[in-house]
Amino acid sequence: MLDLKGYGWMLWEGVQVTLLVGFCAMALALVMGLVGAWGKLSHSKAGRTAADTYTTVIRGVPELILILIIYYGTPTLLQGLLEDFGYDVIIDLNPFMAGFITIGFIYGAFATEVFRGAFLAIDKGQIEAARAFGMSRTLAFRRILLPQVWRFALPGIGNVWMVLIKATALISVIQLPELLRNADIAARAVRLPFTFYFAASLMYLAITIVSMLALQRAENWANRGIRRA
Amino acid sequence: MDFEIIVESVPNLLNGAILTIELTVLSIAIGLAFAIPIALMRVSRNPALWMPVYGYIFYFRGTPLLVQIFLIYYGSGQFREEFEAWGLWRFFREPYFCAVLTLTLNTAAYTAEILRGAIRAVPFGEVEAARACGMSRGLLYRRIILPKAFRLALPAYSNEVVFLFQATSLVSIITLLDLTGIARIIVARSFAVYEIYIAAAIIYLIVTYGILHIFHRVEYWLSGHLRERAGMALAATGKGAAPAPGAPAADALAVR
Repeated sequence: MLDLKGYGWMLWEGVQVTLLVGFCAMALALVMGLVGAWGKLSHSKAGRTAADTYTTVIRGVPELILILIIYYGTPTLLQGLLEDFGYDVIIDLNPFMAGFITIGFIYGAFATEVFRGAFLAIDKGQIEAARAFGMSRTLAFRRILLPQVWRFALPGIGNVWMVLIKATALISVIQLPELLRNADIAARAVRLPFTFYFAASLMYLAITIVSMLALQRAENWANRGIRRA
Repeated sequence: MDFEIIVESVPNLLNGAILTIELTVLSIAIGLAFAIPIALMRVSRNPALWMPVYGYIFYFRGTPLLVQIFLIYYGSGQFREEFEAWGLWRFFREPYFCAVLTLTLNTAAYTAEILRGAIRAVPFGEVEAARACGMSRGLLYRRIILPKAFRLALPAYSNEVVFLFQATSLVSIITLLDLTGIARIIVARSFAVYEIYIAAAIIYLIVTYGILHIFHRVEYWLSGHLRERAGMALAATGKGAAPAPGAPAADALAVR
């Protein structure tokens, strides 16, 4: 087995931070995804343009650049703006916040496409029926579309989660003590880079495997009412 | 917003973009060359062939690319004496070599998985027909299965190329001066944080959609035989262009 020289606890703490960032980012990505899909499918031209711009730009730029823009760029931009209005403040983004907001914002664009496909997969007749019953648009969305969309969206959302949790490794560049960053510190302390990066990679692998199993169960649960051939 | 500094730094950024594109092209080419035999081993029924390949694909798809880069670039230092004994240290000392190696191994795993799906998706009737014509296994793969699989894999593969192109930005972390690396240096010198990063982002954006455009052209060119039919269907029904069967329009950038 890998000899971690007593630094195993550090990797374990890193795993916890990675998972916490991952969950927060995923929650944000789901919200952004629902909002984005709603924009893409809305009747308003402005909504569609905004959602299209969001997905086009986010998916065309590397995550690392986006992290650098949000973590280093936003405070300078805001400070500059506030200075113009005569306020002299120093804005310092916390790496945890910057990390999960960036990752969530990026993967929200991917979730948007997943939700868009899932909403389109739902039979249009159901919405017409709901409207014929006198449900308002919001009520029909809440009672008819939202409960069903999960079933269609789950495989895609699971995919987004798997890519998202691996993308959290990038937050190590802004010094958040997540798994890779802690492995890095430990590797430098005892000069065993291969051992620690390999151990970290196995932990990411473990997260992936657990996610795959959980996803399988979730898909079975979401499809529990569906008869299969 | 300081536009002057953007204009001043664009030539430097474009210089960095050359390295970015170079890394992408090298890794994509070598990765594809490796991915074909790997995919063939993956679909084999012999456990001695598919099991090691399955492990390789699972590891490289299940761990973050940045960890793989650190593992190969920094991790190789732990075995410096062994590498020196084999005369390999001068390669592993170079960030450029490590970057190409990691990107290649990474994209080969993803590409092999894409090809595996495409090979499985080749209609069985075509395989049966080829067998009935008396084709040997080798000929069957060369003439029927692989060409069809490449065609089927194209939309997913275009995504993989774009992802690899964007992933090359990670090599800036191991000191290479690609587009991101140059941007980080200019930012460190000028403190024009968002101007420079946004300029770099725009260059990435343009190249990304350029790559997608090329793939769309290739797909269009390869689906000539399907387009004819779709055109006739169009004339018959008078409706909007229905996507030709077997020619899924590459939905720009699904998650990989």
